Amino acid sequence: MSFRKYLVLAGVTVFAAAGDSMLAHGMKQAGNISVHHLQSVLLAVLNPWVVVGILLLLGFFATYMHALSWADLTYVLPATSLGYVLLALVAKFALHEQVSPLRWLGIALISGGVGFVAGGPSLTTHSRAESASDEDKDHAVVGAANAPPFDSAQSRLLAKDARNRAPTGVRS
Amino acid sequence: MKAVYTWSAIFAIVFASVVGDVLLARAMRQVGDVSTLRRSSGLWTVIARVLSNQNFVVGVMAMAMAFFSLLFALSWGDVSLVAPAAASLTFIGNAFAAKIFLHERVDRRRWIAAVLVAGGVALLAG
Repeated sequence: MSFRKYLVLAGVTVFAAAGDSMLAHGMKQAGNISVHHLQSVLLAVLNPWVVVGILLLLGFFATYMHALSWADLTYVLPATSLGYVLLALVAKFALHEQVSPLRWLGIALISGGVGFVAGGPSLTTHSRAESASDEDKDHAVVGAANAPPFDSAQSRLLAKDARNRAPTGVRS
Repeated sequence: MKAVYTWSAIFAIVFASVVGDVLLARAMRQVGDVSTLRRSSGLWTVIARVLSNQNFVVGVMAMAMAFFSLLFALSWGDVSLVAPAAASLTFIGNAFAAKIFLHERVDRRRWIAAVLVAGGVALLAG
């Protein structure tokens, strides 16, 4: 994984979180939309927050498709779930909302999950017989066999990941 | 009775978004690494190839279905139940679907990640 690919994953995360929150903010301003007044949806689309939210979600979709072109679905989804954590942190520090202990536990669980998946290979390669490779055997070995050759930026990032992972793993 | 409707709508969301995610992932696997393709044949070729991929088109439709199911679910149930339940079940469903239909190697590491994230999402959104 190159630095650019980490940037794409970060883009998926940030675009999704920012887009969702802008959209939610805009729709709250626009007020309730009932099934009988569907034309009010058209008015909601004129709200600047909603416009920016839609643009950000388009950015999310583009980066998501980009990521799926070189990584597994089961890698991209957990790796980009830090967006939920981002939203909670924004709620806490920017909007000064209460974040309950249960939510902090949720944040810890998600961070732990991201740490788990980030340490493994991003793409399944089917160079070996598929029937054998589908079994859940040891992953350290599998990971090493599957990973493309490291570049220096990547190994630095991986080393950083490993350091970050240890405490989160213990906490969750 | 309302709970039955809500949970049916939640399962409809989960089903549609898992189908959508799997189809989109398969489409992008068929298109291949976007950056390599862009370097060799330009951005418009990439866009044309993605948009003309059948899996992509059906995948986007499935995503739209998931969105409308979400609207239905929200009209029957509370957002504090619907959003976390749908999101975390989608994580688990995707792990199964990716293993079965995309033949991804969902090893123990990825199972743990999927379960942790699903649990975390449920706590966070709940």
